[in-house]
Amino acid sequence: MLDVQNLSVDFRVDSGWIRSVSDVSFALPANSTLGIVGESGSGKSVTALSILRLHAARTTRMSGKIMFDGNDLLAMPERRLRDLRGRDIAMIFQDPMHSLNPVLTIGDQIGETLRIHQGLSATEARNRAVELLDMVRIPDAKSRVTEFPHRLSGGMRQRVMIAMAIACRPRLLIADEPTTALDVTVQAQILELLRELRQEIGMSVILISHDLGLVAEFSERVIVMYAGELVEDAPARTVFDTPQHPYSEGLLRAIPSPDEDVSRLYAIPGRIPDPGNRPPGCNFAPRCALAEPACHAAPPPLEAFAPGHFIRCPVRMKTTEPAE
Amino acid sequence: MTDQTAIQSPSTMTTTAPPPMPSRSRVLIRKLWRHRSFRLGAGIVLVIVVLALLAPFITDGSPNKMSLRDRFTPPSAEHPFGTDNFGRDIFTRVLYGARISLWIGFASAMLAAAGGAIVGMASAWFRRLDGIIMRIMDALLAFPAILLAIGINAALGPQVTSVIIALASAYVPRMARIVRAAALVIRELDYVDAARVSGAGATRIIFRHILPNCMAPLLVSVTFVFAYAILAEAALSFLGIGPPPPHPSWGNIIAEGRDYSVEAWWIMLFPGLAISLAALGTNLLGDGLRDVLDPRLKMEQ
Amino acid sequence: MKDMTTDTAIIQVRNLTRDFDVGGKGRGKRVLRAVNDVSFDVAQGETLGVVGESGSGKSTIGRMLVGLLPATSGRIDLFGETITGDGGRRALSRVRHKLQFVFQDPHAAMNPRMRVSDVIAEPIDVRGGWSRKDRMDRVHELLETVGLARQFADRYPHEFSGGQRQRIVIARALALDPSFVVCDEAVAALDVSMQAQVINLLMDLQDKMGLSYLFIAHDLAVVRAVSTRIAVLYAGEIVEIAPKRALYEVPKHPYTKALLEAIPRPEAGVRQPPIRGEVPSLLNRPPGCTLCPRCPRAFDRCRVEAPKLREIEPGRSVACHLYED
Repeated sequence: MLDVQNLSVDFRVDSGWIRSVSDVSFALPANSTLGIVGESGSGKSVTALSILRLHAARTTRMSGKIMFDGNDLLAMPERRLRDLRGRDIAMIFQDPMHSLNPVLTIGDQIGETLRIHQGLSATEARNRAVELLDMVRIPDAKSRVTEFPHRLSGGMRQRVMIAMAIACRPRLLIADEPTTALDVTVQAQILELLRELRQEIGMSVILISHDLGLVAEFSERVIVMYAGELVEDAPARTVFDTPQHPYSEGLLRAIPSPDEDVSRLYAIPGRIPDPGNRPPGCNFAPRCALAEPACHAAPPPLEAFAPGHFIRCPVRMKTTEPAE
Repeated sequence: MTDQTAIQSPSTMTTTAPPPMPSRSRVLIRKLWRHRSFRLGAGIVLVIVVLALLAPFITDGSPNKMSLRDRFTPPSAEHPFGTDNFGRDIFTRVLYGARISLWIGFASAMLAAAGGAIVGMASAWFRRLDGIIMRIMDALLAFPAILLAIGINAALGPQVTSVIIALASAYVPRMARIVRAAALVIRELDYVDAARVSGAGATRIIFRHILPNCMAPLLVSVTFVFAYAILAEAALSFLGIGPPPPHPSWGNIIAEGRDYSVEAWWIMLFPGLAISLAALGTNLLGDGLRDVLDPRLKMEQ
Repeated sequence: MKDMTTDTAIIQVRNLTRDFDVGGKGRGKRVLRAVNDVSFDVAQGETLGVVGESGSGKSTIGRMLVGLLPATSGRIDLFGETITGDGGRRALSRVRHKLQFVFQDPHAAMNPRMRVSDVIAEPIDVRGGWSRKDRMDRVHELLETVGLARQFADRYPHEFSGGQRQRIVIARALALDPSFVVCDEAVAALDVSMQAQVINLLMDLQDKMGLSYLFIAHDLAVVRAVSTRIAVLYAGEIVEIAPKRALYEVPKHPYTKALLEAIPRPEAGVRQPPIRGEVPSLLNRPPGCTLCPRCPRAFDRCRVEAPKLREIEPGRSVACHLYED
């Protein structure tokens, strides 16, 4: 359904253009879940925003193809894309407060999408908004529909955002760090809700997060991004159980475990290179324990390590046999 | 020495120096220079200031020299801006007038900024006084600035200094509001709390942490007040309560020329143009400063 | 200073309560109780982890402990000095140099107009009495301690990444060799790989300098990595406090259980349904147990009577009617 091919994104800065996302390809079948993991500066959110072409056109350059149902979203005229946004592809963001208009009731805001895309009347839209609030498990939806966003807690606001996103039964929902601003117990509720809604509506979800555990638990497939590049692409369990790229491995080991006591955490040395100042070879080589001279010389390609499992690490390609 | 190695290990991790970045001020200057209206405004202001400073060398250095033979000469090669009813050269008077008008604008803006900083900071720091102080400021603000200036000026008598004091007091409330708003935000920031945890007293917190970080919005409004003050000086002079007459301020020149506006239009035209140009220049400059310095409008990153 | 030979607790908190006015005057005055009757100790060289969600009062407690906020009632003893009540301010000034605070947001924690050296030396400058050279030597030493090059001293905060800034903030906190540091979500704003580096640094410093920490966080995994004991807060009250191992392996309070179950565990496969609802508004506390409306095991008594925190095994206390008698 969604097929991203060789996507690169450059941003204009004072001194010219810098590459934010570099040659990223992945595919997402209908009714499936994909997780994109990476730290800040990895390009994960930029990739997601590119799918809806939400970057400011004047300061962004995109190349490659983003095929959605056989149409290239990057080549599509703005007007057709606008029809698609919210109807076929919807998005929710990290901060539900800044994504809601403080002077409109939540009913009006949910209704707005419906009136734009489905031409519903005001009453129909209102009724449908109540249904949607019910769907996202907001208790007492009928009276809540007239509330203003500031009266709701963070978790409730994110539910409202989700209600707006699913209003037109999109086939793809992009969730960019949807639970990062929320409390732990509420985070679990929201993920549970997304999981259930996915079943009910039959949509695909792209979940973007810095939290590998969260992404691995939610998604079927996970891609790991580092410094604008895709470094590993595999089924979620594989990335979680037997990651092959040294960065994915490090990321996983660096997360403290709630289930065991350690005297010292594993830490990946160094830090992510600045976009304008990336090394000539593999982006991760300066921090990598496995790096060989060749790694510092030329950027490595993304290769198939096992069927359905891709890594950008020639060292692992030649030293490790895929597990049975 | 096991603990020694334990401490050593993190140090090997991030000692990689970040690429040296240009200093903050250099970045700001570069941004300002790239800002078109700032460049234009700064150019205009610079030209006026230079002309004012060079006035004794460009002209014969006597703005008050009368020559009854040359009364009401229209603009000519000898008198580019013409002469007035006493035969004084308008060009010379406008250049010398720039000195007084710019000084009045600059001094009253600075004085207003200083007063505003004190009042605004007091209001933000002593929360109990805040209500009273800000109500007084509101009352002053509700009063038309020019009327206030007229009142103060009438009380203090006609001198350049009293014009400055009058204009400064008229603009203190705006400055105070700006400083107060900025200070209220900054005093809640973590670095102020960090200073408190370290035991820092009010003096250090105010002068080291809060005030320096209020400077950007204050500086922006100084430029606007500078422009207002130049205009207000003209208005005061026109009403006859500006700097006392022998001083050739722009407002004075216009005021003296108003009786002859039909037959000797040049007397009022050229100082009027100078005022508009100076106000335009400072406003453009202020726009540029605001775009670059004011964090609320900051769009980069 | 009083002698503390009998007890290793350097911090003693008893019945600490903090109210905030949230508008209204006179009789219509509305008060929000952010921290309600909280008591705990912190021993020398120990890390007490404080976990809770937003509105649990965890930051408020941290700020009261370093004197950033006055307590409404209750008592805080730091190194034998009582910093609450009459004479509290003077007592605080006597122990201030032993206390420090590390903030969540390393971007807001430094004055953007100060050089790194001046940021780090702020506690020194406030205390005074250091020569220029000693001061600069100390700044360089601190930079090395937190794993940064000494050349960074002349730079400005905006030149650094989040992880490096947090190291600078830690260096500032260490300037006067404190004994007790409150870390308020000190790694929450950092990326995973930076987070591990900073946590390791904090633990190394503890080993080397015998620091005690109050480590406030919402992330239970992070808290487990750094803490000796853990206090779980809910709606301004401690609901469970226990040594970390006991707490994570056999959580007693239903809320502690809910928190642990909410952590994503991809290896676990099927997960428990998460606890319902959200933290209640502290303006209208339910009459009984504050967790009651969300608690899967609540019974009649929970709705009318608030449970008291009581010791159920040595070193472990729980506030829940399920564990009474």
